[in-house]
Amino acid sequence: MHPFTYTKAADTREALNAGRRGGRYIAGGTTLVDLMRETVEHPGSLVDISALPLRSVTATKSGGLRIGALVTMTEAAAHPKVHALYPVVSQALELSASPQLRNMATIGGNIMQRTRCTYFRDVTAPCNKREPGSGCAALHGYNRSHAILGTTDDCVATHPSDAAVAFAALEATVHLLGPAGERTVPFADFHLKPGSTPHHEQALRPGELITAVEIPPHPRPLKSGYLKVRDRQSYEFALTSAAVALHLRHGVIREAKVAAGGVGTVPWKLPAVERELIGRRPSNALWTKAAERAADGARPLEHNRFKVELLKRTVERQLRVVGGGK
Amino acid sequence: MSPQPQAAVGAAVPRVDARLRVTGQAKYAADNNPDGVVHAVIVDSGVGRGRITGIDTRAAEAEKGVLKVISHLNAPELPPVEGQWPPGKPLRAFQDDRIRFFGQPVAVVVAATLETAQHAASLVKVSYDAQRPATDLAAADPAGEPETYARGDADEALDSAAVRMEMTYRTARNHHNAMEAAGLVARWDGDKLTLWEKSQWVQSAAFGMSAALGMPPDDIHVISPFIGGAFGNAARTWVHSVIAAVAAREVQRPVKLALTRRQLYFGVGYRPAYEYELSLGSNRRGRLTASAHDVRAETSRYETHIEHVLGPGQMLYSTPNVRQAYRHVPLDVNTPTYMRGPGYASGAFPVESAMDELAHELGLDPIELRLRNEPADDESSGLPFSTRRLRECYRVGAREFGWERRRPEPRSRREGDWLIGMGMAAGVYDTARSESQTSVRLDADGTALLQAATADMGVGTATSMTQLAADALGLPMRRVTFRLGDSRLPPAPGHYGSQTMASVGSAVQDGCDKLRRQAIELAVGDEESPLHGVDPAGIVVRGGRLHVQDDPARGETYQQLLARNNRTHLEAMGSYAGAPETAKFSLYAYAATFAEVAVDARLGLVRVRRMVGVYDAGRIINPRLADSQALGAMTGGIGQALLEHTVTDHRDGRIVNANLADYLVPTHADIPELKAIYIDGEDYEADPIGVKGLGEVVIVGVAPAIANAVFNATGRRIRELPIKPEALL
Repeated sequence: MHPFTYTKAADTREALNAGRRGGRYIAGGTTLVDLMRETVEHPGSLVDISALPLRSVTATKSGGLRIGALVTMTEAAAHPKVHALYPVVSQALELSASPQLRNMATIGGNIMQRTRCTYFRDVTAPCNKREPGSGCAALHGYNRSHAILGTTDDCVATHPSDAAVAFAALEATVHLLGPAGERTVPFADFHLKPGSTPHHEQALRPGELITAVEIPPHPRPLKSGYLKVRDRQSYEFALTSAAVALHLRHGVIREAKVAAGGVGTVPWKLPAVERELIGRRPSNALWTKAAERAADGARPLEHNRFKVELLKRTVERQLRVVGGGK
Repeated sequence: MSPQPQAAVGAAVPRVDARLRVTGQAKYAADNNPDGVVHAVIVDSGVGRGRITGIDTRAAEAEKGVLKVISHLNAPELPPVEGQWPPGKPLRAFQDDRIRFFGQPVAVVVAATLETAQHAASLVKVSYDAQRPATDLAAADPAGEPETYARGDADEALDSAAVRMEMTYRTARNHHNAMEAAGLVARWDGDKLTLWEKSQWVQSAAFGMSAALGMPPDDIHVISPFIGGAFGNAARTWVHSVIAAVAAREVQRPVKLALTRRQLYFGVGYRPAYEYELSLGSNRRGRLTASAHDVRAETSRYETHIEHVLGPGQMLYSTPNVRQAYRHVPLDVNTPTYMRGPGYASGAFPVESAMDELAHELGLDPIELRLRNEPADDESSGLPFSTRRLRECYRVGAREFGWERRRPEPRSRREGDWLIGMGMAAGVYDTARSESQTSVRLDADGTALLQAATADMGVGTATSMTQLAADALGLPMRRVTFRLGDSRLPPAPGHYGSQTMASVGSAVQDGCDKLRRQAIELAVGDEESPLHGVDPAGIVVRGGRLHVQDDPARGETYQQLLARNNRTHLEAMGSYAGAPETAKFSLYAYAATFAEVAVDARLGLVRVRRMVGVYDAGRIINPRLADSQALGAMTGGIGQALLEHTVTDHRDGRIVNANLADYLVPTHADIPELKAIYIDGEDYEADPIGVKGLGEVVIVGVAPAIANAVFNATGRRIRELPIKPEALL
């Protein structure tokens, strides 16, 4: 770990001032501190934002839900409104990390999580994300856990968050506060695909602070759920995952929101799958047909070829779990 | 056998040091902080083979608090070392510029605080002339003479066999991943060295260090009262320990050095990866006629790791014709080491999978096939078995597990998305015993102290020894203390290979018997004793009181006896000679493991639903400790079967999953209902206390039982461990 300074911001203005001077925001610290210990990250100054008033879950006027950036994963998962309206979010959170980590980690921090790519986390390996221009060790290395969607030769790292997959499916927005004031960014635009600049991971401007993630209103009832496929039953990142939310009226799918995790360089929305579903009646045949589109554009690597088929089956399974059918 | 009544032995008593451990009062090696202690952090190689061309330590040395940076450029010269076991030349601390494997220590930073040492270590710049290492077992050639075994003519018998099967099995490299990282504190007092070291064998640790530093072993004192899990990885002197001792001498301060989790993947050994080609020949009734075993295992270029992987294939089943060859493939890797059930746990996977394959081929029940090949004696040695209750293990296991509900046809049981299957496998491990001593002292206050330089890597050594001693001395357990983990105590063998109970336990029994008889002799010869003139053979001790066996009212306590005779204490040295030079019996512990799995047919997920293990391990001293061994081993076996896999990037030899997020061990959620059953019975051919060793045999057979259950569930025969979802899609 490299030496650094640490200050705790008493309010939002103090935090923004420190952020403008180049301070890195830290809340739960469950990603950043790990990476600092491995010297992957070496910020000169940390700004602790955990005292800021961003810790509530509130219903919006339009019927959506706004989750404060400092709400912990545990709190968000257990919140009655999250639980009742968006089981997909609760489940994605509960299937993440461990209880100890979920007690520390926040929603804002969760969507800022950095990749689990082992080469990124090993400072003796080349990595364009950690050290732009040094190359990608994973491309021809051991890449079982890596992405098959949204990759380039510069970076094949998987976005690790489960909650972000649920947010992506539900088309959430990210609320930001910066030196120039407030703004919102659609979730689909928040995480940046690597392109040739994998070190740019989010659409954040210097000093900007995440204040909330807002889930827009969806027609009710909205049936939803999250499936996470992994080698062991707990405390592991996804090999593949699927967030599915469906609204049916008179037995017909009127709204379908589907995203996948463990496979994309960013939380991966599946519009082609959604299009196959809208206007149709639930059936196993429909789930299979729609899920066929889940891996469109996949670019598998040496050790993760199985993810192409596994992703389709994961989406198919979760469509059936949420949408029913025989 | 002891005439003493058995009270403590056989009871499921809790560990004598349980409270110390769970309240954080147990001091592990790196918990020690002698006055003036400073901290060392190793800089490890970022290439897998080559030479160091330069080390720039200026930035590190400029950090406030850094005392010294040591590398091959400035390290003191150390004597050459010829390794006895494993054969080869052990890695030495900074004696040349050669890189032998990725992660090899290239420098050490010593600083006043751990944080300073860590930061400074990250500032050391090392340049290399790097070459591509060879680290892939599948792509490299063996070297040296293979270890071979043969009886009959296996090739001819295979050619003429009615049924012949040829399979290749592969098992991944596994790391022990004990909770406690390898670590130590080294302190010099003049020419004397004290090591607070994580060690399964304190006296060997002193010898290992003495060889590395070229100093008398008697000048080295090793202390290791508690171990936070080891599974075999703390049984030899690793180079980081030598580095700590060298650093302490260089800076003239006590030095603490603990490996990071990442460094454990190349700083200590591992269970080597194997390729195991196996041919079986049998007649139509399932009687084995021949087997041929061609085994390749990884080892380092500087040492040859040897373990008895050929064991199960040699003696588990009656087979007239057997041919085996065990070849070592030297790679640019650090040396493997023993890991729980060494050799046997790796060899059982092919052998026990193949038996399941043959049973399926012949349409026989897997247990029936095994029973048809149950040998009358040990065909590898020609010796009779001392005890072999494997048939009973099968019978009891089948009953407890509900084996009769297994459907022989794969894919015939489904629950929703899950295919359900059952599998079983046999396990075996040889009963090792070694020379051992234990001192016993009974004080005038009626308490006893036993001491031996053995260890407790988590099995509960002090507890089981206390139970044995309590019964032999006729004392309640609370009045007996067992001390271990200090090289100055009476000699004991290494705490591995399931030999501690048999070896140290037998010395404990001997010492306590001697002492008890001494006390009885003192009493019967003492005119003032109520026991005066009684036949010593008719006297027992219970609750600290010596009395006539048939007349409990006639007797006196140890305290009364010692006080009246003005004795402050009695003492005796217990000893056990170890295994006889010429074996008269074939000595093994046996296991039968049963597993039920659910496999998600579409997603490839394997979930173990329940397991039953049945063990013939001789006498069980403490069923609670035995359970902690058996259930822990089933857990480890689930890891070996489904999760554990150390992955090497063959481009540069880097371990890519050197952390506990990417190297997967089972979590609580992965562990279902586990049940362990011990077949009653002592084995006094094995040792005077009738035990056969338990800690290893309990893992041997777990992985094949699971793999066989996966086959029964899915019809897919997976011959490579761990079994990952992609193999089942």
